[in-house]
Amino acid sequence: MSPSTPLINREHVQDHFGDQVGWLDTIKNAWVITRREVRDSFRDWRIVVPIFILTLFFPTLANFSSRIFINYFDKQGADGKEFIEAFLPLMPMLVGFFPVSISLVIALETFVGEKERRSLEPLLSTPLTNTELYLGKVFAAMIPPVAAAYLGIGLYIGQLIWGEQKWRPDPVLILMIVALTTVQALVMVTGAVVVSSQTTSTRAANLLASVIILPMSLLVIGESIIMIQPYRRFVLWYVAAGLLVVTTLLVRTGASIFNREELLGRSIDEINLRWAWRVFWEQLTGVTRAERQSAKATGRPIRLNPIRYYRKTVFPTIRNLRVASLAMSIAIIAAFAAGWALSTKWQLPLSNKDNSEVLDNLRSIWETAQKDPRWVGLAISQNIRVLLVATLLGAFSFGAGSIFFVALPFGILGYLMGNVAAAGISPIPFIVAIIPHGIFEIPAIIIAGAAGLRFGSVPTKPPKNMTVGEAWLRALADVVKIGLTVVLPLLIIAGIFEVYVTPKVVEWALTL
Amino acid sequence: MIETEGLTKFFGDFEAVHNVNLFVPSGTVLAILGPNGAGKTTTIRMLTSILAPTSGWAKVAGYDVVKDAARVRASVGVLTEQHGLYERMRGLEYLDFFGRIYRLPADVRYKRAEELMTRFGLGDAFDKRVGEYSKGMKQKLALVRSLLHDPPVLLLDEPTSAMDPQSAKLVRDAIMELRQDARTIILTTHNLTEAQALADNIAVIRRGRIVAFGNMEDLAHRFVGPPLMELKTSQPLNGLAKELTPLVKVVESGDNWLRYEAFKPAEINPQVIRRVIGLGIDVITLSQLTQTLEDVYLQIVEEDEGQEKKADEPKHATD
Repeated sequence: MSPSTPLINREHVQDHFGDQVGWLDTIKNAWVITRREVRDSFRDWRIVVPIFILTLFFPTLANFSSRIFINYFDKQGADGKEFIEAFLPLMPMLVGFFPVSISLVIALETFVGEKERRSLEPLLSTPLTNTELYLGKVFAAMIPPVAAAYLGIGLYIGQLIWGEQKWRPDPVLILMIVALTTVQALVMVTGAVVVSSQTTSTRAANLLASVIILPMSLLVIGESIIMIQPYRRFVLWYVAAGLLVVTTLLVRTGASIFNREELLGRSIDEINLRWAWRVFWEQLTGVTRAERQSAKATGRPIRLNPIRYYRKTVFPTIRNLRVASLAMSIAIIAAFAAGWALSTKWQLPLSNKDNSEVLDNLRSIWETAQKDPRWVGLAISQNIRVLLVATLLGAFSFGAGSIFFVALPFGILGYLMGNVAAAGISPIPFIVAIIPHGIFEIPAIIIAGAAGLRFGSVPTKPPKNMTVGEAWLRALADVVKIGLTVVLPLLIIAGIFEVYVTPKVVEWALTL
Repeated sequence: MIETEGLTKFFGDFEAVHNVNLFVPSGTVLAILGPNGAGKTTTIRMLTSILAPTSGWAKVAGYDVVKDAARVRASVGVLTEQHGLYERMRGLEYLDFFGRIYRLPADVRYKRAEELMTRFGLGDAFDKRVGEYSKGMKQKLALVRSLLHDPPVLLLDEPTSAMDPQSAKLVRDAIMELRQDARTIILTTHNLTEAQALADNIAVIRRGRIVAFGNMEDLAHRFVGPPLMELKTSQPLNGLAKELTPLVKVVESGDNWLRYEAFKPAEINPQVIRRVIGLGIDVITLSQLTQTLEDVYLQIVEEDEGQEKKADEPKHATD
């Protein structure tokens, strides 16, 4: 049964597997998976028949209906040429989208289907890396539908070029349609991997797939509206670029989720609330399972010690946020600079008039605020609202929402400061209007934004030896921890300074 | 060779495998026995570098399962619990796919696949779609897949389940042959007769813990006592049990038969025979009663359950 020389001897293993695998080898190995899966897809009539119909029949149907519309408009006396220019490019986009939508079905089949049929484990037992398996499957889900889409687009455009219309499309327009079709397929496939990872059955995956197909359909409707307005078509390049960014984030998330531990560690689609709460609480309190068990065994309860808590739990969390804080700081500076740059293009009608009006307004606000302490609450709650929205949006946008919402006010500030500078007004009162409370508020915003950014982006790269679910729960606990122990106290101090100190300082500055 | 120390695996709060220590030298077969959900598959998955241990370490074919995961997987042939075949592929095509993954040259892939398929009685199913294979044939194809790259370590999860007796024998013979090639084999099975026939050592796992480890003789001795001898005579044995008591412990007796425990049969049995013959009683047979792995396994499980209950008692009392 054994060959005279073992096939897998130590030299073979040392030479071919492990250590750093080059990109070419990764692609070669991924291609082994892709080849098999593409062949398998073409053996499945449930995939072949729709692709065949959508590739060959739909472009012809689209062409036929285009002709009917054009003839109708001609009869109505409308400008047929203008109509052709506006309407015809829309069809290849749709002709391309329909076959591409099948990529979602193939992706769900290739990821969850395998999991469900238990054919994934033999594959996971091979020396292929997680990345090779992931890429192999992504290519396999992409190639048949994208090829079908290109063929469909080609057929439709061919019929228009050599048919009655004698249409001569702009090559850049064709390139745009092909680019959009490709990135849409990429988004759907990479999104399907993320969806697949959350389920163990194709039924559940199909239900979850609506999370992808609905926004994509809405996007295609939006693209269609832009496409029929030739002078606005350039916007579609930005859409394609945006989709490419989304793809990158989804690839990162998918690649981190598509690993052996995640795939085989999860056996049922069940929310384990007890475990989730334990992980969350452990991260929030900093008390580990071992410490809890030891306290239980010795009968000595763990006492709350704020100094120890800050030293052992809060400060290390802030330290862990240093990269995210740096990213947030850069985003804030960039937003400020961008706002300033915009002020040179669109200037506000400011004039270097007497400061007394501003001074009077400030004094009146200050006096009102002095009498009503709710103003402090208002200042605090306004900041909290923005940070909560930023965190929530970040959770649904891989952290991008956090960056955007936190940086936006600084962009506006930059714009205002730019205008002030351009109008020749002294910037000192504006700067001193920020500094007293800003000393507390800006660090609070940066730290909170960083926690929100990490919370949103952690699925794209969870820490080693941690599942995505666990990493996400721990990041959420960090948001709450930092929010309550650092951000909130800083915002309270900032609120008090903003109402009671800042106006006085500004008043002083204005009188200089 | 396979070596583990303190191998532990948690899934969230659930401890699936606890502190498993194993040593399986080359050329030996270890059978892991245990009820469903005991942690057998998780242990196998850790040894295949599919799951990372939460704590502890393991070395397979000299490679660390965490640091050298790809090399471990390249050195291991795995027969998974579910055969997990691609039903639309043809037999040879399926093996060719796996051969490519293991970077075997094309000529070697085909030759090896054909040889193994023929060896396991799949010679006339080269170009048949896997979906058309019977259950047993699928199981055999999955086994061929695990042997395709001639790995030094084999991890076989229920290798003969779903097979007819003839096929099962074929596979058992193959396992014996593979062991002679100095391969390290771990098999998990519910078929205790099979485990007894194939394994050099047996590990019983319950609730993620190895509760017993050793060869059949050791385990039988530890859990069901010393070998049991049965003596049959031509005449009634009135009072013979008492006569033999200083020599052996008689556990059961009838009119003309008795059973006794013999810690050292080679020393004790001649003395017993001499004593019986000296009393003028003719011996018809003296034989050792077979202690099956089933007896041993059930005893281990029973003892472990008893210990579990004991451990739970004070807990309930304080609840």
